[in-house]
Amino acid sequence: MSASATLRVGIDLVSVDEVADSVRHFGDRYVTRIYTSHEIDSCRAEMGHGDAGAPGPSDVSEAYAIGSLAARFAAKEAVMKVLRPIGVQLDWRTIEIHRMTGGWCEIRLSGRAATMAVEAGIEELSVSLTHEASMAGAVVVGRCKDTYPSKGREEA
Amino acid sequence: MTVDETIRQVLADHGRLAVPVDTLADDADLFGAGMTSHASVNVMLALEDAFEFEFSEKMLKKSTFESIEAIRTGVLEMTGE
Repeated sequence: MSASATLRVGIDLVSVDEVADSVRHFGDRYVTRIYTSHEIDSCRAEMGHGDAGAPGPSDVSEAYAIGSLAARFAAKEAVMKVLRPIGVQLDWRTIEIHRMTGGWCEIRLSGRAATMAVEAGIEELSVSLTHEASMAGAVVVGRCKDTYPSKGREEA
Repeated sequence: MTVDETIRQVLADHGRLAVPVDTLADDADLFGAGMTSHASVNVMLALEDAFEFEFSEKMLKKSTFESIEAIRTGVLEMTGE
């Protein structure tokens, strides 16, 4: 790492049961307001329900790998902690947890989230996801140029 | 139900608050009362169901959901009342 770089870290935990409740209660409306189409496909494919013509699940929450959805929500929150928005709620879909062919994930930003990253001098983001039966979590590290504007860095 | 009663019912059902919603003043900080970001998404969707509208992008900020008072302002703006 360059001596002139600084790091930002974000971490978040999400209850898997709470995400399951949300999917059950609000269905695809919840899913499509939070997740990109890539994320939805990634979480469907893990359950093996992505095949055309396959019988649909009886419970909408069974259509998704809920732990994976929860981990992605945690990752989006962790990215927000790295971006440090003030008074702004970013569209969740502008932070995409992109699953690579090898199985690991990368973060892809768009819209306002991408603009905020540029403004903060964040050159690179790295994410790690995990989930167990009840909880999902994510850690995000952002590497920033040390020369980014000092706005928001002042002590309270 | 009045607008305020509906908002309080939505918070009771979806806000996952650490304290009973009827103990909260209209200007109490809901995030300080235990509402997580994830719960605030559920509150947003439940408000849309209850009042039959969809929050506009400019309304989707943390401050819209920070208190019952703020939610009321947002709901009334969206419903044009």
